[in-house]
Amino acid sequence: MRLTLRVWRQRNADTPGAMSTYDVDGISADMSFLEMLDTLNEDLILRGEDPVAFDHDCREGICGACSLVINGDAHGPERTTTCQLHMRSFHDGDTIDVEPWRASAFPVVKDLVVDRSAFDRVIQAGGYITAPTGAAPEAHASPVPKADADSAFEHAECIGCGACVAACPNGSAMLFTSAKVNHLNVLPQGSPERETRVLDMVAQMDAEGFGGCTLTGECATACPKGIPLPSISAMNKEWLRARRKAARG
Amino acid sequence: MAVSGLLMLGYLVAHVAGNLKVFFGPEEFNAYGHWLRVMGAPVLHHAWALWLVRIVLLAAVVAHAVCAYQLSRRDVRARPTAYVHRRRRASYATRTMRWGGIILALFIVWHILDLTTGTVHPGGFEEGKPYQNVVDTFSTWYGNVIYIVAMLAVGLHVRHGFWSAAQTLGVGNARRERLLRAAANTLALVLTAGFVSVPVAVMTGVVS
Repeated sequence: MRLTLRVWRQRNADTPGAMSTYDVDGISADMSFLEMLDTLNEDLILRGEDPVAFDHDCREGICGACSLVINGDAHGPERTTTCQLHMRSFHDGDTIDVEPWRASAFPVVKDLVVDRSAFDRVIQAGGYITAPTGAAPEAHASPVPKADADSAFEHAECIGCGACVAACPNGSAMLFTSAKVNHLNVLPQGSPERETRVLDMVAQMDAEGFGGCTLTGECATACPKGIPLPSISAMNKEWLRARRKAARG
Repeated sequence: MAVSGLLMLGYLVAHVAGNLKVFFGPEEFNAYGHWLRVMGAPVLHHAWALWLVRIVLLAAVVAHAVCAYQLSRRDVRARPTAYVHRRRRASYATRTMRWGGIILALFIVWHILDLTTGTVHPGGFEEGKPYQNVVDTFSTWYGNVIYIVAMLAVGLHVRHGFWSAAQTLGVGNARRERLLRAAANTLALVLTAGFVSVPVAVMTGVVS
């Protein structure tokens, strides 16, 4: 396959960036999107140019490091992570636009790499439990209803890649935060901090400068892990409950 | 947004039900208009109940607009750099919430000046004769155009708005998803069809 790539190039956070056009040749349909970018970078290095910086780690679709907006879609046309997107989703001669996540809470570090520490700070605000760690407890000590366990697991699938923020027309982080809140709030292990968790994480999310949710549903469509849109409603329910409880004292 | 929106939605349902009385002739429609002014009597003085409704509605409109402004500003700030590769996002109803809301606000101003105060009314506006006033308005081409466009905007706004309000208030979940979507679509359709039926009836001579 022969492709034309239009890639966002930006030296650092302080210099303005722009789209640069590159031709890549000899791309196999079985390559992943990141391997295609590796091919481009090898080419750039041989030509003595600066390779394109992009985030990647496990390349198995489970770490949440890769983060590219491909032709306007977070993680590209397939519902998966960029590393699990294969070139068979494109055609010979295509022009592909590659951009970084766009959100004021995710500033560009270089080229396609953005700083997602805002998510870490949202997690630090309440995405944990205070149960003492140590040897694994007896599994039947705290029974969990099957439906709750399923719900917790569904939300625990969130890998924190930030595709929800990138896809949202408002740059909102509601889907991410709701996944993290719901994951722990439905479990007995998470119940001691049930109220403070949702209030603190939502407050931190707002403080990071993410946009507000207008329920467009773009986040859930882009999410490579299929975090469902009603999770946002579930978080709102938890938040309202916590506020009511706090008001009662 | 959710609470003020639902307040206005509740009013719209009552409003469309009242509008449909136009099909029972001038006496009944005008009597209904009169009843709105003596609602709550004799406990309440003339038009007190009506003014109470108006005050609550005004508060809801202001709250809705202020929230929308704050939310939009926040959303614009959250994405300072736009994507180069643009594509259509979300459904038509979802994408048109902001402009649809502005169109509706302008419509409400015209609507009040036309049929409540009579300031911009095309015929001889007569207080207490709503039947004739309605017929006069819908006998002009621009009255019909403004009204029908605004009512389509109401339908779209309610379609996304009702469902969104449910999510904001934490009522939505996977099991209720289809029910909420269906309720939003039904409300939007009933409101738009009910409101639009009046100008259509005047145009076709059913109401004259």
